Amino acid sequence: MKNIRAISIFSFIVYSLWLMASPAQAAEKFFEIKAKKFSYTPNIITVNRGDTVKIRLLSEDVHHGFFLDGYGIKTSAHPGMDGSLKFIADKPGRYTFRCSVTCGEFHPYMVGYLVVGPNSRFWLFAAIVLVIGIGSIITLNRVKKTNG
Amino acid sequence: MADKLFGLIDLNWRFELTKFKLIRNLFKSRWFPLLAIILNLFIFVIILISGLIGGFSAGNYNFGIMIVWILWWVMLMFVLVPIFSRAWCLMCPFPVFSDWLQRGALFAVTGLKLKGLGLKWPKALKNMWVMNILFLVTTFFSGFFTVRPLATFILLGGIILLAFLIGLVFEKRSFCLYVCPVSGFQGLYSQFAMAEVRRKDPEICKNHKVKTCYVGNECGYGCPWMLTPFNFTKNTYCGMCLECFKSCPHDNMAFNLRPPGVDLLVDEKRGLDEAWKAFIMLGIAMVFFLTMQGPWGFLKDWVRGASLTGYLTFISLHTAFSLLIVPAIFFFFSYLSKSFSGAKEVSLKKIFTNFSYTLVPLGLGVWIAFSVGIVLPNGSYILHIISDPFAWGWNLFGTRSVPWTPVFTGALGYLQGAVLVLFYLFSLAYGTRLSKQTYPTDGQAKRGWIPILIFLTLATLAFLWLYIG
Repeated sequence: MKNIRAISIFSFIVYSLWLMASPAQAAEKFFEIKAKKFSYTPNIITVNRGDTVKIRLLSEDVHHGFFLDGYGIKTSAHPGMDGSLKFIADKPGRYTFRCSVTCGEFHPYMVGYLVVGPNSRFWLFAAIVLVIGIGSIITLNRVKKTNG
Repeated sequence: MADKLFGLIDLNWRFELTKFKLIRNLFKSRWFPLLAIILNLFIFVIILISGLIGGFSAGNYNFGIMIVWILWWVMLMFVLVPIFSRAWCLMCPFPVFSDWLQRGALFAVTGLKLKGLGLKWPKALKNMWVMNILFLVTTFFSGFFTVRPLATFILLGGIILLAFLIGLVFEKRSFCLYVCPVSGFQGLYSQFAMAEVRRKDPEICKNHKVKTCYVGNECGYGCPWMLTPFNFTKNTYCGMCLECFKSCPHDNMAFNLRPPGVDLLVDEKRGLDEAWKAFIMLGIAMVFFLTMQGPWGFLKDWVRGASLTGYLTFISLHTAFSLLIVPAIFFFFSYLSKSFSGAKEVSLKKIFTNFSYTLVPLGLGVWIAFSVGIVLPNGSYILHIISDPFAWGWNLFGTRSVPWTPVFTGALGYLQGAVLVLFYLFSLAYGTRLSKQTYPTDGQAKRGWIPILIFLTLATLAFLWLYIG
């Protein structure tokens, strides 16, 4: 019975998080991202799930790329020759965008973040950690009482 | 009643792999692990050459950098350490030259008297402190050796030279035990490993008056790691050289599979040096993530030495964070643990040291999750560099033209989250047991555990936020 109650509470928390992850009013978001050895400006862009995202990539020094993890789409830009992307942000969570054109020694570390909110993936794992932590204390005390 | 991990796995469970004749014969053969070392030496020669002449200034198309900092690191964190303990030390080519020099032979057992000065390592340094400092100092240059081939050449060449010089002066594997920057964290995390080298029957060892595993005989050298294989109880300082399998006339050594993490409960040689290793590893993981996988350009400029001020700021903050701030936060929670427990007779040092071992599973999880974030986006470079290791236009395996192809990046966050949760569970499982070892009564152990549990939970949440938040 206690196990069923624990599972119910856990399920409620997880379900609430998924509800939180429901898309807000979808909108069109435009970002102009400047790439320069070895960072992007802005380096973190935040949208809501369901938004249509348009990106214009500008390079301020050499040929840079833009590959978006999870979405598998990319573009690139030379100085004076911009790149562009358009996609629907339908996957919640934080995704790294990274340079896809070798641009110098720190190229593999040239990254930025796209946060598609609400970041249900993070909150899901955070909730699991908290449930485990609190659950372990409850279990420990119950073992004590049972033994006692 | 048997103590079961998660109520499922008996902590005393062992499965001896060397009961299979093929594996036993392999372990007793003098060809093993020498052949693995020689093969590795061949790969390291290519790594060094590619570091010296390998063309690209960007490391992602350099053989040495990709093999060492992607393939080797990932193998180490995913497989070698968590499953096979110090299996890397078994095949590491760094000390092969000093072994050769000391023994006067590469293959045969030439006698019990080793060459070289054979000095004893200073007693005050018989711990992890030198390794702790050297590893931390090595990470100061992470912005160079993970991206610049020549820097990797200098680093690896320096380590090989140092191993040789220390082997000339000091006895046996003093370098591996007390100096090698890679050795310390492997030792710490090998306590979590799912494999071990141990003696089988203690009675046989007790009745065997000449401890050949320690002094050696015509079949094998005395333990190069200066352990006593007839009675050691944790993986930390066993380099798995397998000499004890060869020198034991009673076939009393075993290579066992076991539940992960059981060494964490072995209350032997616990100390502040190992505690600090755990803190340093957590600190470095955070700094590495911020500088390598974080989006902040100014941090990257600091790490790659774009300006001297920035670089010195990076070194100062990194050192302060890893050596002082992380341990200070943990000390605060240890103090709370003592206060909550009400156990005045237990020293704060004991509480601090014992609970620091809860950071071993979490730290390993943090590094595995970090490494997933490196290998999935960048692993495909390996296909290129194995076909053209010196950037001379070769196409040895027909994979030179394979483009950079990140894989499973959509699942990356889920993988990292799942790994952190899994290893957090291990930390909690062993933490409750460590608490019982630390405090005299059950009540004190339960109360004293709560602050440490809060620390581990906060640390896990912090890394979750960093990786996927």
